[in-house]
Amino acid sequence: MADVFDRVKEIIVDKLDVEESKVTMEASFKDDLEADSLDVVELVMELEDEFDMEIADEEAEKINTVGDAVNYINNLQG
Amino acid sequence: MLTGKTAIVTGGSRGIGRSIALELAKNGANIVVNYAGSEAKAQSVVEEIEKLGVKAFKVQADVADEQQVKEMVKATVDTFGSVDILVNNAGITRDNLLMRMKETEFDQVINTNLKGVFMCTKSVTRQMMKQRSGRIINVASIVGVSGNPGQANYVAAKAGVIGLTKTTAKELASRNILVNAIAPGFISTDMTDQLTTEQRDSMLSLIPLAKLGEPEDVAKVVRFLASDDANYITGQTIHIDGGMVM
Repeated sequence: MADVFDRVKEIIVDKLDVEESKVTMEASFKDDLEADSLDVVELVMELEDEFDMEIADEEAEKINTVGDAVNYINNLQG
Repeated sequence: MLTGKTAIVTGGSRGIGRSIALELAKNGANIVVNYAGSEAKAQSVVEEIEKLGVKAFKVQADVADEQQVKEMVKATVDTFGSVDILVNNAGITRDNLLMRMKETEFDQVINTNLKGVFMCTKSVTRQMMKQRSGRIINVASIVGVSGNPGQANYVAAKAGVIGLTKTTAKELASRNILVNAIAPGFISTDMTDQLTTEQRDSMLSLIPLAKLGEPEDVAKVVRFLASDDANYITGQTIHIDGGMVM
């Protein structure tokens, strides 16, 4: 669990150029991390590459917080 | 000018697409020649390009088929490592008067000429976003600006392409992906060879430069839009029509 979160966090910090401390499970990409829609699309692309999977557009639209992304990946890998 | 860049040219086996593929190749780009049916012609374009000292391969794909387009883009990235330029050129005509136009004629043209641009654009965007650079050049048509009797489907699709160009340009500008359209007028190709003498004469009378354009006239503008010389141009529609529509 921690492993996925750490890897996701690293990508977010790199892509969105935000402080590590702001990246919590509850943080919303758009409200807390100042990402625009295109940033979120790009993040999902990065996650797909990092975790070697494909996230369908319908699923990707439901990813609003860091926790959404981490849980999605954990469910897929579990 | 384009050395080391990779370009996908849809509908690259004939007409304007063929000229564009060759012009980009002359300027150093590696080319993916997409085609729908003309395999022999696509192969001869590939061979002509290779003689210019750059690399090329052909891919058969229906531009409106998401899966086929994805595979084409993947093959491009796997082979050349990037997609720097996409030229959405593939197009068909099914001319008929509005009152006689069948639903299938309308749908086929919208599918290839408009949805095809959407599909190819969507598929290359992922790669271009990662690269933080890219050029998309959409081959619209002057009739998409002016309208043309007998081409309700084609005109609707081409006008759609111009709108799509503007939106794509706005959405992707922050990622340094520049998107422009060109609107060729009366260019000498297989498509215009089908016109009757009367149609031809009446069109010529509307062109201030009083002559047909050549595919090369179009290709050179595409080369410009694909190059670093066009760094500050996005969302535009460049008319290449001898002054027909101003």
